[in-house]
Amino acid sequence: MSLLVIQDLVVSYGQIEALKGVSLAVETGEVVAILGANGAGKTTLMRAISGLLPKRQGSIRFDGVDITRTSADRIVRLGIAQSPEGRRVFGTLTVEENLTLGGFTRSAPEIRQSLGAVFGMFPRLAERRDQLAGTLSGGEQQMLAIGRALLAKPKLLLLDEPSLGLAPIMVQSIFRSLREIAATGVTILIVEQNVRLALKLADRGYVLEVGRIVHADSAANLLASPEVQAAYLGKAHS
Amino acid sequence: MGTFIQQVFNGLTVGGIYALIALGYTMVYGVMRLINFAHGDLCILGAFIGLTLLTGAAGSGHSGAVLLLLAFVLAVVVIAIAGVVLELVAYRPLRKADRLSAVVSALGASLLIENSIMLIWGPDVHVFPADLLPATTWSVAGANITFVQVMIILSSVLLMAALYFFIHHTRFGTAIRATAIDQDTAKLMGIKVNQVILTVFVVGPALGAIGGLFVGIYYREAYFTMGWTYGLYAFIAAILGGIGNIPGAMVGGVLLGLFNAFAAGYISSSWQDAITFALLIAILLVRPTGLLGEPDAGKV
Repeated sequence: MSLLVIQDLVVSYGQIEALKGVSLAVETGEVVAILGANGAGKTTLMRAISGLLPKRQGSIRFDGVDITRTSADRIVRLGIAQSPEGRRVFGTLTVEENLTLGGFTRSAPEIRQSLGAVFGMFPRLAERRDQLAGTLSGGEQQMLAIGRALLAKPKLLLLDEPSLGLAPIMVQSIFRSLREIAATGVTILIVEQNVRLALKLADRGYVLEVGRIVHADSAANLLASPEVQAAYLGKAHS
Repeated sequence: MGTFIQQVFNGLTVGGIYALIALGYTMVYGVMRLINFAHGDLCILGAFIGLTLLTGAAGSGHSGAVLLLLAFVLAVVVIAIAGVVLELVAYRPLRKADRLSAVVSALGASLLIENSIMLIWGPDVHVFPADLLPATTWSVAGANITFVQVMIILSSVLLMAALYFFIHHTRFGTAIRATAIDQDTAKLMGIKVNQVILTVFVVGPALGAIGGLFVGIYYREAYFTMGWTYGLYAFIAAILGGIGNIPGAMVGGVLLGLFNAFAAGYISSSWQDAITFALLIAILLVRPTGLLGEPDAGKV
């Protein structure tokens, strides 16, 4: 059974439909990438899955439960955590407070355990645990946003543009960590503008264009596809 | 020297009261970006409820201290419930409406509470009983410090320390701070934002009710427009400290009280408001976000 099944999802802002009937599925243990240009509806899709946006039509099922109209806080309790676009760390709280909040739905001993695991994965966060999150570099804030999502011990981890605005070397480092996380068996749905890196990490991918899925294939096939290469990898048709 | 110490104690007393009331403004603003104009009226409603118990139970044979304690408990409970009702009736239905609608609703709630007080207790000035607390006065270097002053200062400090601990060193307090920074991201943590907002509408009015009752006990009077008078001072204290910032409301309240006392003590009590507000304007010119406030961090 698929972990996440989205059927015919329509989400609109007033009269404007941002998602015009999106269907996709994510299997347990998979890494799935959503590709698409700015304004394709990628962030809308992530916010809709997390329950931050009302749905006009369609359904979302997670782990056998219909979560189409479930509140955001309950969706976290069911096992979906998100590292949002732009990182959104709580700037005036410390690194440790940010991480602890990520585990808000869990018990204190569970939080301590996960905190150790995240500090092991991101030693820079451990060094800066008492520093205010707003004083971290962009890359460190991204580590913090991912670590904070991991503190919820999610079954499904949503990552919205983890490479946005980061230096190339930092992007490499973040994606190394993402591979580690995937290797622990966490299912990942990632939205990413860096198509090449995303497809190298992912098992499968969907291409989203103005609110619709236009391609769905294995990551390897998408990487090799002339359309994807032309549109997102900057290569001309050969 | 006597005058100086006297004004320090006068200022700390009034400042403690301002701070207790200012916390309610600043907590609600922090979480909802809304000025709860009804807050001052809620606080004074607390004073009237306490007063009613005190006058009603006078001559019942209980000691002043017991009666006073009961008055505080009753005022805190009733005003905390009133705060929740206010949020559910006046603000929650407008959560997604534009900000002006909520402001109008806040002003309406303020008038409603103020006029209800007038209808129930009448438009006259009520006098608080005099013999509730020991009339002990201490002489310190020529200054007279009363028992009531010491009680108000100590309780304000204790309550503020407790609130600070709750906000900064408990899980739920951290959730309140996170919600104040970014509601959507707070939801992604599994925080129930509505629960946070209700908590703010319990804690703020509860502290405010204590502040309101202190106003009544210190000045020994209560009248129905008092909510505006003291609400305005406390609101200004919140702005002075940086609205939305909890330690800021504490600092702002105490400073405003001290300004007030020194202006009254050294210059003239009829000029105290003018001098206080001139100082306030000067501070806001230098630091428009208040002493401890910062520009809306985290909002892009």
